[in-house]
Amino acid sequence: MNIFVCVKQVPDTETKVQPTGDGSFIETSSIKWIMNPYDEFAVEQALVVKAANPDSTVTVVRVGGVKGTEALRTAMAMGADDSFLVDAPDHLDSYMTAKALKGAIEKSGKNPDLIFCGKQAIDTDALQVPQLLGQMLDIPSVSVAVGFEQSGNALTIKREIDGGTIEVYEVNTPALIACNKGLNTPRYASLPGIMKAKKKPLTTLSLADVGVSDADQKVKYTDFQLPPEKPPGKKYEAMEDGAIGGVVKEVVGLLRTEAKVI
Amino acid sequence: MANILVFAETNNEKVKPVAYEILGKLNGHSVDVACIGNMDSDSSAMLAKHGAENIHKISGSGLEKYSPEGYSNSLKSLIDSKSYDYVFTGATSMGKDFFPRLAGAFNSGCASDVVNFVFEGDDFSGTKPMFAGKALTKVSFSDAKPRFVTIRPNALGMPDNENAKGGAVADANAEAGNIRAAIKEIIKGASEKVDLTEANIIVSGGRAMKNAENFKILDELADVIGATVGASRAAVDSGYAPHSMQVGQTGKTVAPSLYIACGISGAIQHLAGMRTSKVIVAINTDPDAPIFTKADYGIVGDLFKVVPILKEEFKALLS
Repeated sequence: MNIFVCVKQVPDTETKVQPTGDGSFIETSSIKWIMNPYDEFAVEQALVVKAANPDSTVTVVRVGGVKGTEALRTAMAMGADDSFLVDAPDHLDSYMTAKALKGAIEKSGKNPDLIFCGKQAIDTDALQVPQLLGQMLDIPSVSVAVGFEQSGNALTIKREIDGGTIEVYEVNTPALIACNKGLNTPRYASLPGIMKAKKKPLTTLSLADVGVSDADQKVKYTDFQLPPEKPPGKKYEAMEDGAIGGVVKEVVGLLRTEAKVI
Repeated sequence: MANILVFAETNNEKVKPVAYEILGKLNGHSVDVACIGNMDSDSSAMLAKHGAENIHKISGSGLEKYSPEGYSNSLKSLIDSKSYDYVFTGATSMGKDFFPRLAGAFNSGCASDVVNFVFEGDDFSGTKPMFAGKALTKVSFSDAKPRFVTIRPNALGMPDNENAKGGAVADANAEAGNIRAAIKEIIKGASEKVDLTEANIIVSGGRAMKNAENFKILDELADVIGATVGASRAAVDSGYAPHSMQVGQTGKTVAPSLYIACGISGAIQHLAGMRTSKVIVAINTDPDAPIFTKADYGIVGDLFKVVPILKEEFKALLS
């Protein structure tokens, strides 16, 4: 099987976000970049499928800044075979990103049987690229996957929706699966894996190479800013048992009379 | 004046409230509503009251159950026939799943999870959180039309004023087309309550809950005030609650009217996911816990002692 995984590098979840002076993006100089957490589930699932299907390859594709190719090296250290990087700004809109991923997959010369993505990137939070890529490649997609079973070219995918309810999909390959936490437990890269990954092929492409231009931009993001700070609230001391009753009574009263939410 | 379609998701034939929130912000435009399957008469009356001129009830073979391809294909044919400039829906599990595919079918853009917007003439300008709400950005479109927008539930609020329009209900037949990813079965979640992302009140527990059993006291409080129960990443990673309950950057971003954080210290990635809650109550034994910087009402105390009293106090208030 030709298996592809799409990954993104995002700021670590503990990052304190600071918009740039002109509001065009956020300050990136001191950010610690990590593989998008949901993409780790995608890499792991691809490796599980590869292990179950002899003669499979796992190709990792990323669109983003050239500096720092850790996400691709990490994926290859985990066991992926080769990778493609499309050199582009870190915050392209979803349409350009999906089109660039499609272009890179086509450049690989392999027809995808399975594509795995994370369900969303935790920086732009657009939740669009997997479904868009599926649409552009004219293959079905299932998002927010928490279960994966394969029997030949038939897949059974569990998709998590509201309140933990599960929709069970039946779909044949080729297909795209967008992975959620709970699907599997991503492996750690082994030391030999890390050494081997250094020698695995990483091909860099430009946006022009994959047929993407500024004319493909559909959505513009401008004026990055911090959310407004709330004025400080009220704080009550209730460590002593005797104080709890009075404090709770007052807070519940204020929730009705002042905040008007109950 | 823009020509706009709002896709109204239904649950047991009832329209989800986010559709009314959207309609309330579209006063002055020409607005139609579409749903797939049936909608009860209360819902259609409410849509008319808030500005729906026409309501298209779409049905057809293959549309009995949700599928991203079927829903996308059938709405595409309606949008084609009416030349809408904008198509809106709620950023629910369903909206987030099929709107990108639908936008892609038009080679158009989609602004997702928008929390506020304005129109200048026919031009949309929205506010979209990024980094789970650590930053806000302005989102607008380049030329291609129609343009697609998903709106975060609870973010706009219910409309204050009525804007009654005809709301003529008409059946529309549509083709589901080729459905390659189809639902075979639905396994109901443990919770019958509204999802965290659409909940009006949330009671959330953190690492201080100590174990899964103890979430029972949060369930009891939630039952009294009609809340959905959530959890912090620390609680989920410790195995006290499933990931579907996780609030934060690697869980769900929520915007309820009232968020009650119990034994949650307030890691930056948790605060990002709940800071847009209208009112926040925090209960924590540590007076310096970061959660207190975001709380409207902070109670420094032991959640195991405070929560049961809180429950009784709410019960007395609501009876």
